Amino acid sequence: MGNVIGIGASPKRKEDQRFLTGRGNYVSDIKRPGMTAGAFVRSPHGHAILRGIDKAAALAAPGVIAVLTGDDVKADGLGSLPCGWGISDAKGVPMKEPPFPMLAQGKVRFVGDMVAFVIAETPEQANAAAELLTVEYEVLPSVVGVLEAVRPGAPQLFDDVPNNICCDWELGDKAAVEAAFRKAAHVAKLSLVNNRLIGNPMEPRAAIAEYEPGTDRFTLWTTSQFPHVVRFLMGALVLNIPQHKLRVVAPDVGGGFGVKQFHYGEEAVITWAAKRVMRPIKWVASRSEGYVSDRHGRDHVTEAELALDETGKFLAFRVNTLANMGGYLSTFGPNIPTNLYGPLLGGVYTTPAIYCNVKVVFTNTVPVDAYRGAGRPEATFVLERIVDVAASEMGIDRVEIRRRNMIPKEAYPYQTPVLVQYDSGDPMGCLDGALVAADVKNFGIRKSESARIGKFRGLGYSTYVEACGLAPSRFAGRLGARGGLYESATVRVHPTGQVTVMIGTHNHGQGHETTFAQIVSEKLGVSFENVDIVYGDTDRVQFGMGTYGSRSLVVGGAALSKATDKVVAKGKKIAAHLLEAAEMDIQFEAGKFSVAGTDRMKTFEEIAGAAYVPHDYPLEVLEPGLEEQAYYDPVNFTYPGGCHIAEVEVDPETGTVTLVNYTAVDDVGTVINPMIVEGQLHGGIVQGVGQALFENAVYDEGSGQLLSGSLMDYCMPRADHMPMMTVATHSTLCTHTPMGVKGCGEVGTIGSPAAVINAVVDALSHLGVTHVDMPATPNRIWRLLQNASLPVAAE
Amino acid sequence: MKPFAYHQPDQIPDAAKLLASIEDSKLVAGGMTLIPTLKQRLASPVALVDLSKLGNLKGITDDGATITIGAMTPHAVVAASKLVQAKIPGLAALASMIGDPAVRSRGTIGGSVANNDPAADYPAGVLGLGATIVTSTREIAADKFFRGLFETSLETSEIITAIRFPVPLKAGYAKFKAPASRYALVGVFVAKFADGVRVAVTGAGSGVFRVPPMEAALSQNFHPSAIAAIKIDTDGLTSDIHAEADYRAHLVTVMAKRAVDAALS
Ligand SMILES: Cc1cc2nc3c(=O)[nH]c(=O)nc-3n(C[C@H](O)[C@H](O)[C@H](O)COP(=O)(O)OP(=O)(O)OC[C@H]3O[C@@H](n4cnc5c(N)ncnc54)[C@H](O)[C@@H]3O)c2cc1C
Repeated sequence: MGNVIGIGASPKRKEDQRFLTGRGNYVSDIKRPGMTAGAFVRSPHGHAILRGIDKAAALAAPGVIAVLTGDDVKADGLGSLPCGWGISDAKGVPMKEPPFPMLAQGKVRFVGDMVAFVIAETPEQANAAAELLTVEYEVLPSVVGVLEAVRPGAPQLFDDVPNNICCDWELGDKAAVEAAFRKAAHVAKLSLVNNRLIGNPMEPRAAIAEYEPGTDRFTLWTTSQFPHVVRFLMGALVLNIPQHKLRVVAPDVGGGFGVKQFHYGEEAVITWAAKRVMRPIKWVASRSEGYVSDRHGRDHVTEAELALDETGKFLAFRVNTLANMGGYLSTFGPNIPTNLYGPLLGGVYTTPAIYCNVKVVFTNTVPVDAYRGAGRPEATFVLERIVDVAASEMGIDRVEIRRRNMIPKEAYPYQTPVLVQYDSGDPMGCLDGALVAADVKNFGIRKSESARIGKFRGLGYSTYVEACGLAPSRFAGRLGARGGLYESATVRVHPTGQVTVMIGTHNHGQGHETTFAQIVSEKLGVSFENVDIVYGDTDRVQFGMGTYGSRSLVVGGAALSKATDKVVAKGKKIAAHLLEAAEMDIQFEAGKFSVAGTDRMKTFEEIAGAAYVPHDYPLEVLEPGLEEQAYYDPVNFTYPGGCHIAEVEVDPETGTVTLVNYTAVDDVGTVINPMIVEGQLHGGIVQGVGQALFENAVYDEGSGQLLSGSLMDYCMPRADHMPMMTVATHSTLCTHTPMGVKGCGEVGTIGSPAAVINAVVDALSHLGVTHVDMPATPNRIWRLLQNASLPVAAE
Repeated sequence: MKPFAYHQPDQIPDAAKLLASIEDSKLVAGGMTLIPTLKQRLASPVALVDLSKLGNLKGITDDGATITIGAMTPHAVVAASKLVQAKIPGLAALASMIGDPAVRSRGTIGGSVANNDPAADYPAGVLGLGATIVTSTREIAADKFFRGLFETSLETSEIITAIRFPVPLKAGYAKFKAPASRYALVGVFVAKFADGVRVAVTGAGSGVFRVPPMEAALSQNFHPSAIAAIKIDTDGLTSDIHAEADYRAHLVTVMAKRAVDAALS
């Protein structure tokens, strides 16, 4: 039966062999015959009217093949970049959805907005010619912050979007919330900013497009998390290319974090241009280009209020948020701060009434869209912060107030007042586990040791839940999704019993080639090394929605599980024939089909062989071959969550915050590969810590220049920022996914910012500090200490 | 990157001649600063004159009262030098705090000093120790060399060949790293000599500068407490997205105290 490595094992990752030996195949590694190079000319202004473009000098430069602009796009009658979600306001009025042309027309709306595409023989020639393009701009004032953008008199991005408001969205029972606030014994209030982030995947975005006149087919190689969706959006809605004439390939992709789960204008421009010049074209973004064109994340300004009774029970929660959309609506843009935010405001608590208003606002900044966690870290941050504020104001211990309000394990399934129904969970169990793992008992000793050397130590909790496994299509459709969110898998058993899986998710660091192979190995009893996972090519994989929203295992793995079940079912039919038994008497276990109660059996390989060499085969009732496909659409989201505890030390002299301990106990449902889950947690936590302590995308108001447009100015978290992390799971099984899995890709990023900031506030609470905005930079902490109500303790 | 001619002379006069004769030519040492600007097309010299083949620009010599470091000596070599560690440990420590291992292996003291980045570390060590910049044509005292934001008193075709450091009684460097770049948000070098103390600050303003009140106080009493109450004027200090001027001013005092601590330890 070979080397089965199944569910619960931690084999080394299959894909790492090629990644670690430099044998990956990324878009920029690919060379096509006759390939040319493309360069985008981008707006240097945040906001300007395009008065005219003179192509002459650029066209005359050495090696230049073509220069394309918005006018050429218009002349070819191409579509606008589509938004995949259409949300509405409380009265049902649809969001404002101004066109997003793939090359700017009439106006530019952010620094980095694409103005022209230059195609030349070499990248150097394309870049040199791009510098020669004469673009006449009439510069307008920019508005970059949400508060400024909705003020009367603010610069207006679009003529028909008054006050730059795309949608005034709400969720929840406003009247019930108001009634509860009137009865409240205490109301905690908090204003906060959720800082704008830039994903910075290791591999910058890149694309190659090619048109084959012989077959009238286009191929686009692109750094994408969802090639089938790009094929659909770009082919059907932008370029009018029939789906069967368009192949989209996303080969090895060096990290995504959401940045690569959108259909970008660059993809459409390069595909369109490839046919115009009848040559393949390659474009590879520089890091600087990524900063001003990769979709950004977060960027909220929020006012929150929590109503409590005299015992600290939460009565109602009210949240008003302004969410930055940037200059245009990106693929998922308006969905993130609304549908992926409001429904999470219940957290792990029994708060009976919740109301949330989100104003989705256009500004002269890079479009904002999903970034690891997408909406859910923002919701968790608001909620877990205000719980701490309430606890401190009411003099209740922070752990105690959480316990008093937590949904007990027995109360699941639990219907929240904000649409979602949690199927399973045990937040109290995660909290208890984390308290022990973090050695909270002895925190006091550690705090006094820090105090002895003049440092302030703090502990912060975040008990949280998220919704992932995106997404039940019916539910998403009601919320405004314009597509489905199922997943598909094909299990192809070869005549010799090896297996190739074609799956619609995309692996760009998550370890799918390993995890999915473990599922197949376990379910079919085949050797782990005899299973290959194919993804990322619309010509090889039937269909798929890609990877984001912690959905690959939850939705894709479920499709795979269903498809393997179908393989087993067909195998039983073949075995029944070969073993001359009734189909219902055939058992399948550990790679063997046997007749119940006998020692008669056929191996999986023998059945596969019979399916392809059907000399002795039930041809009258069964087709030859052994290949099955399944689509899976989840019935609900999954709700992973847990408890994160951060411990920090603050140096009051410089304001430096050092993360000294980090503990995460998470409920991710069934764990397929513990090593990979741990790795996902580690990476996710580091990204959350990055948001809490280091990362900040800063724009200059007025000019719209991105001031943090390089790694020299945008601080990414690094290995030496991190302590050893204690990561553990405390799982309850999801009740509706085939294997009980819940997903783990985003939990780390969702739970951690609140834990870290709560720890920083705790460290400074004796000075009267009640809130610290992210990132908690040394300058910001020092400023708080300068303004603190109590004197800084002597060194 | 735009195309350029590439020269690799093996004599200093040849290098100087190339520089003087080719308009818009540039020296390249470790390339850690220059190459990125070429790649970003921010600079486009027509020719590069590579210093790496020039014989005697690498290495560290002990001249008794002074230590001389060749212009092409990489930061990693200075950081690991037993000689520098023994005679001016603060300077070895400074070199060890520059960038990352790759940058320290390629980047050179000559390139760093010639470039005079307002947040670079070496300028603080050179000014703090009152070193002498030795060039292809003359010797320049540190006090006369640094002219603010990327400006020095080097002539167009002048080449730094070495930096000569007087050996202090004690010296120390303390650096508060800018979170993203890890250049100095504020770095302070202090050096105690028989005839007094020098304090040089990098990162805080548009160029490296000395702090006379701290020098006077430390000359009286070489101890952190001597300068704890000395506040730096925010005039001329940098405010940017990483730090405001008053925070930088505060850090100058904190880092100066820590530099004295380092010198004493
Ligand atoms: C990622 C990164 C991080 C860094 N971090 C730091 C840091 O923390 N602290 C810090 O101080 N620096 C830092 N640096 C800069 C580094 O120290 C460089 O080594 C230094 O700035 C330039 O030295 P170089 O030898 O690379 O010079 P090059 O880049 O080759 O040249 C720089 C300039 O100096 C001129 N030049 C070079 N040598 C001479 C000479 N002998 N005579 C006259 N002119 C000359 C060149 O023409 C050029 O204009 C960092 C650099 C990088 C890339």
